[in-house]
Amino acid sequence: MKRLFAYPYILWMGIFIVVPLLLVVYYSVTATGPDGNTVFTFDHFRRFFAPITPGMDQPLRERIFVSVALRSIRLALQSTGICLLLGYPVAYIMTRKEYSEKSVLLFMLLVPMWMNFLLRTYAWLTILERNGLVNQLLTRLGLPMIDILYTDAAVLLGMVYNFLPFMILPIYTSLKKMDPRLIEAAQDLGAGGVSVFMRVVFPLSLPGVISGITMVFMPGAATFIISNLLGGQQYFLLGNLVEMQFLNVGDWHFGSAIAVIMMLLMVASMVILSLFDKGENQGRSTII
Amino acid sequence: MSLHKAVKKLYLGLILFFLYAPILVLMVFSFNASRSRANWEGFTLDWYRVLFNDPQIALALRNTLLIGVFSTVIATAIGTLAAVGIDKMKRRPKAVVMGISRIPVMMPDIVTGLSLMVLYLFVIRTLGIGRMGFTTLLLSHVMFNVPYVILSVIPKLRQIDANLYEAALDLGATPLRAFVQVILPEIWPGVITGAMLAFTLSIDDFMVSFFTTGAGVQNLSILIFSMARRGVQPQINALSTLMFLVILAMLFIIHKRDQRQAKKIKV
Repeated sequence: MKRLFAYPYILWMGIFIVVPLLLVVYYSVTATGPDGNTVFTFDHFRRFFAPITPGMDQPLRERIFVSVALRSIRLALQSTGICLLLGYPVAYIMTRKEYSEKSVLLFMLLVPMWMNFLLRTYAWLTILERNGLVNQLLTRLGLPMIDILYTDAAVLLGMVYNFLPFMILPIYTSLKKMDPRLIEAAQDLGAGGVSVFMRVVFPLSLPGVISGITMVFMPGAATFIISNLLGGQQYFLLGNLVEMQFLNVGDWHFGSAIAVIMMLLMVASMVILSLFDKGENQGRSTII
Repeated sequence: MSLHKAVKKLYLGLILFFLYAPILVLMVFSFNASRSRANWEGFTLDWYRVLFNDPQIALALRNTLLIGVFSTVIATAIGTLAAVGIDKMKRRPKAVVMGISRIPVMMPDIVTGLSLMVLYLFVIRTLGIGRMGFTTLLLSHVMFNVPYVILSVIPKLRQIDANLYEAALDLGATPLRAFVQVILPEIWPGVITGAMLAFTLSIDDFMVSFFTTGAGVQNLSILIFSMARRGVQPQINALSTLMFLVILAMLFIIHKRDQRQAKKIKV
């Protein structure tokens, strides 16, 4: 009975995957009442979506947590878009190379990922800071300095930098499987360059594009390090908010609620993307 | 046509420059005579000397490697056995187990990290024993590594002829012996891929480690993070340069070997 081999793992899985998630969900919907008892409540979620008055002299009521969430989503979407625009041509050029060149390029794309992620991100400080390398170069050329460190732009750059290979690789994998004769066939049938790309190449690479989007959007929306290092200590994305609640404030209930919101965001994005993926698969099966 | 080619080359060059620029900066500044992050003030090997005499970095490196090796070995063992078992499960329970196994792969690191921290602190507070530290760090790394091993081994199991295992049993082998001598050699490439993935993920992890370690237990990532707030010391640049070169050499050897094999297959 080989099936028995799975039982220790199933126990392990229960303890280390299922129970922790249930605990997070539990903390997100409970609170300690005034009498010390644990009570069921949606207050933490309400707090997340409620407007907050920042100070006495500021009558403006702002939905701070919601705006942090929206900023996370916006930056993740922007970095996904930029990675797709930058990465697709790379993947496409790679597929049309000779075998040996292909494997060298693939190797060169993978190598940077072997250097510590924090250090690679941290190195951008050296490049971007006020007296950093970019500004030294600009000054020498007589151009005005740029000051993007600790702004959205720096965080976006960090995301694109870290996640670009995750966009290129799946697209490359799906393009590689494509039969080059399909392009020739389309050309023989009179299709121009744009039309070959839009109607043959791109649809066939859609599964790769979708897994690329997943692999860039999700870590982008949940990042903590990139925003912490390149955005500064006062810069908040969802990841920084969660970290602060758990490790500085010690409010597990509110922190868990934010974590649950993050997970729901991830599930929603996966569901949306899988709709596209399914449509594509069905389309392909009718062709072949 | 040649202009077209030149544009393509230039584009690839720019993208690779973008990916390598920070790494080059790190490496170059590991030889910088000044502590400064941005000003070049002459060549030195001082930071490499400092590096080998820095007890804090040595300890963090030791923790990183120990956790990497132990978590890889444990996760590979659990994952391989689990894959064999899951492969033989009925369709529905199999789908459930695989679905749950994919959660740590899909979930953001930060959620994995904090949910494990909640689990550990919950158990520690309820039972009143133990504390966060090396053990919780190791358990967490095993936890996020196991799914990658399972996902690398399962495809290999699908390629095996199911009769081989039965044949071994018919010929009098014990189930354990049949597993070790018949199944294991067949799925070995998948096991190795899984183990290599696990080791890499463990060495590079920051987020899960950050949440699940205890006072005084640091791996390299955590050390780098705590340094980043007051400025990373140049000896860290030196260390990462060394590590990078070691990994590069290893990858290069593997790559050459693969290429030779690929050529053989082609011929």
